[in-house]
Amino acid sequence: MGVRRRTGVFYLRVNPILCDGFGHCHELAPELVNMDEWGYPIIEKEPTPLSNLAALESARYAVRGCPRQALRIERVSES
Amino acid sequence: MQAQALPRLLFGNPGTPLTLGQHEATFASSYRAASLLDELEASGLTGRGGAAFPTARKARLLRDQRGHNKVVVVNAMEGEPVSYKDSTLLGTNPHLVLDGAAILASIIGAKDVIICVSRDNPTAVGHVQRALDERQRVGARGPDFKLETAPWRYVAGEESALVHWLDDNESLPQYRPQRPSILKIRHHAVLLDNVETCANVGLIGRFGAAWFRTLGTAVSSGSLLVTVTGALERAKVLEILPGMTLRAILNVADADADPRALLLGGYGGSWLDAVHLDTPYDNESLTPLGASVGAGIIVVLGREGCGVVETQRVVKWMANESARQCGPCAFGLPALSDDLVELSTGSRASASAFTRLEHRCGVIDGRGACHHPDGVVRLVRSALRVFEQDFRSHARGAPCDGSRSQKYFVNVPKLEREHELIWE
Repeated sequence: MGVRRRTGVFYLRVNPILCDGFGHCHELAPELVNMDEWGYPIIEKEPTPLSNLAALESARYAVRGCPRQALRIERVSES
Repeated sequence: MQAQALPRLLFGNPGTPLTLGQHEATFASSYRAASLLDELEASGLTGRGGAAFPTARKARLLRDQRGHNKVVVVNAMEGEPVSYKDSTLLGTNPHLVLDGAAILASIIGAKDVIICVSRDNPTAVGHVQRALDERQRVGARGPDFKLETAPWRYVAGEESALVHWLDDNESLPQYRPQRPSILKIRHHAVLLDNVETCANVGLIGRFGAAWFRTLGTAVSSGSLLVTVTGALERAKVLEILPGMTLRAILNVADADADPRALLLGGYGGSWLDAVHLDTPYDNESLTPLGASVGAGIIVVLGREGCGVVETQRVVKWMANESARQCGPCAFGLPALSDDLVELSTGSRASASAFTRLEHRCGVIDGRGACHHPDGVVRLVRSALRVFEQDFRSHARGAPCDGSRSQKYFVNVPKLEREHELIWE
């Protein structure tokens, strides 16, 4: 088991074609995902630092909770 | 062929394409490039399909891909309903386009070239078919050419949609999170370029980069094809120099010399107020004004027209042309269209529609898989900027004079029913 480095940032990304607007991501990660008037997610475009563990945790919940598997986490390591 | 003479791409007679023999005689040259890719790089050619991406950089990216069965796709779909430049070019010099495609194929090491023409444009299909038959008869060397006729939809000309269709699927845009992304047909990398770009590549291959650069500005080299429609007798396709002022272009096209505004770049483009008529027509000068050359479309809106109504008509059609894959586009564009309908009629609800419109533009922007919704948002935002006074009077419930004249300048096709849209 390696140690996860906590430097760098991550983005939560949605595949808009797969997304059907179930809205689970908004329930699971309200700090990262907003909802528009049609029920589709508006995801924070700014990167979130990986050191923000609470946000990372809820992003993971959102990824797992998506019935369409439309979400993923994109890590960008700072070098 | 002279370097500084202007009909370059449209040399000849629009409507009666040059035969292969005439073509070889017209574009005869003794120039031989040492490296075609370096030549392309030196020419500074940018893509003419709308995004103005450097062609050499794209070709280099594809050349560095692995595989022996790469494909060159020539995009002649001409998705913009008010653009005629691609079919005019194919009806004048189809062999120049094929030359360019063959050069691109030799640069990236492709064996196949596919020319995609919309099946709703039988004239252009015929021109390409005849040119291909001619080459077949002569036994011309080069890659294998193939003609494909895709269904005509606004988004079907988008590169990922077109390649997806060529890969035996529906012509729907695809989600591509990594950019630049490599498009593939049956796992073979694809280089996709617009017809006009290919024709320019053909010229560069024959005469070289130095010859090519004798026209145009330092940044936008070569000539440009533009379609001018709207307040003029009939639509015209012109070959112009980048850097010509808009006023001069309108003059050449014999259009209304005192318009209200211009729609530049196409249905996903932007409005430009007529006070900027003396701006040079190139991306360097237009970008600060929030406009761009785009697909080379200029729609002239006359004084008696209404920008609000014209925008509403375009957005309504664009909303119907959405592939309905992404929520923000499938639901957002009809919502924008409804707001604009409220505003254009100047009904009681129009004041609230006005405030809602700006908010919805911000919500929709950048949230589709392709740039279809972004283009519509750009159009609506530019309309809000250019026709601000008109929008305010519409929102007050007092539509401007232009909206009552029922005179339309932008040519919008008939709205098809949703279940009649053909995607494959």
